[in-house]
Amino acid sequence: MTTCTECGADLTLHDDLEVGEIIDCSTCGTELEITAVDPPVLERAPELDEDWGE
Amino acid sequence: MIVDVGLLYSRIRKDEKLLLEELRSRGHEVHKVDVRKHQFGLDGASVDFDAMDIVLDRTLATSRSLYTTRFLEAYDVPVVNGPETAQVCADKVQTSIALSQAGVPTPATQVAFTVESAMEAIEAFGYPVVVKPVIGSWGRLMARIEDEHAAEAVLEHKATLGHYEHKVFYVQEFVEKPGRDLRVLAVDGRPVAGMVRSSDHWLTNAAKGAETSELKITPEITDLVQRASAAVGGGLLGIDLMETEDGYTVHEVNHTVEFKALTDTVDVDVPAAVVDWLEGKAAQAADPTQGEVTA
Repeated sequence: MTTCTECGADLTLHDDLEVGEIIDCSTCGTELEITAVDPPVLERAPELDEDWGE
Repeated sequence: MIVDVGLLYSRIRKDEKLLLEELRSRGHEVHKVDVRKHQFGLDGASVDFDAMDIVLDRTLATSRSLYTTRFLEAYDVPVVNGPETAQVCADKVQTSIALSQAGVPTPATQVAFTVESAMEAIEAFGYPVVVKPVIGSWGRLMARIEDEHAAEAVLEHKATLGHYEHKVFYVQEFVEKPGRDLRVLAVDGRPVAGMVRSSDHWLTNAAKGAETSELKITPEITDLVQRASAAVGGGLLGIDLMETEDGYTVHEVNHTVEFKALTDTVDVDVPAAVVDWLEGKAAQAADPTQGEVTA
C-alpha cells in the first residue's frame, strides 16, 4: 500500500501510472508526483510557477 | 513508419498521457525527457537526443520551453513546436505584433513601460479595459479594470511586487464578447477540432471552469486559423478567438496547447490527429525532399 508523504493516508493508485504524473491525495489534497512506478514512489509535487501554462 | 519520439516534459498531465498512449499503441518508441533532470550545453545535452527522430515539446514552463527548443535547434534535432513559434507565442506582445503584421484581426493593444504611461493608455481606451501579464497562461493575473482607482491599484501592485516582466504594461481593449470564446486546435494551420468555452465570468478559460461545447469549424474560422498559425510560425497550436460585431478577433495563440477539455468535448480523436501530424513531421525531418507535411 502506498501512503501520502504529507498526511500518511493510504492511497489507491491506478494501473497506468506514468513517471511525472501528478495525483491528489484524497485525504489532505496535497499534489503528489509519481517519481517511480515499480514500485510506486511519490514525492510532494512542485508548487505552481508563474510561467506554467500552455 | 515507426519513429523514436522524444517528449520533453516537466509534468505529465492528462494531455501527455493521451499522447503517450496513442504513440505507444502505434508501436512508436517514446523517450520521455524530464527537463528538470538534465543539463543543456553548447555542444550537447546530458540526454541522447540523436536517438530521437523528432522531439515534441510539452514542457509546462514557458522558460523551459523557450530554452530547450532553442538548444535542440542548435543540436540539429527536429523539434516541434520550434523555438521561433515558442518565442512568439510565449510573449503576448510578440503575439500581438505578429498577428497584426499578418493582417489577422486582434484586439487593440498598447504597451507602456511606466505606471504613468500605462495610465495614459488605459484612460485613452476608457473603461472597462484589460491589463494582462506578457507571460502567463490559464487566465492568471488578468485584470479587467472598471475605473481609475482600480487601474491605479493594479498598476502600482505590478510595479511594486512584480518581476520585471510585470513592468511591461500590456493594456488591451475590453472586447464585449457574448459570454464565450472559441478555442481551435490546429496543426500547421489545419483545424483539428474546436470548442466553445462559455462562462458568466469575463474569463472563459477552460482552466477557469468554463463550460465547453463543440465548435463548428466554418470556412471563415479555418481561414483565420491558417493565417494566425502562419503568423506565429506554425506547429501544433491552440488558437483562441472571440466574436465581435465586426467578426472574429484572435486574442491568443498557445504553443504547448492543452487538449484534455477539447477531447472530452468533441467526437474527433484529438490525440490521434496530433500523432498523425507528428508522424508526418518526423517523415519530413527524415527526408526533407518530401516537402511540407500538413497532416
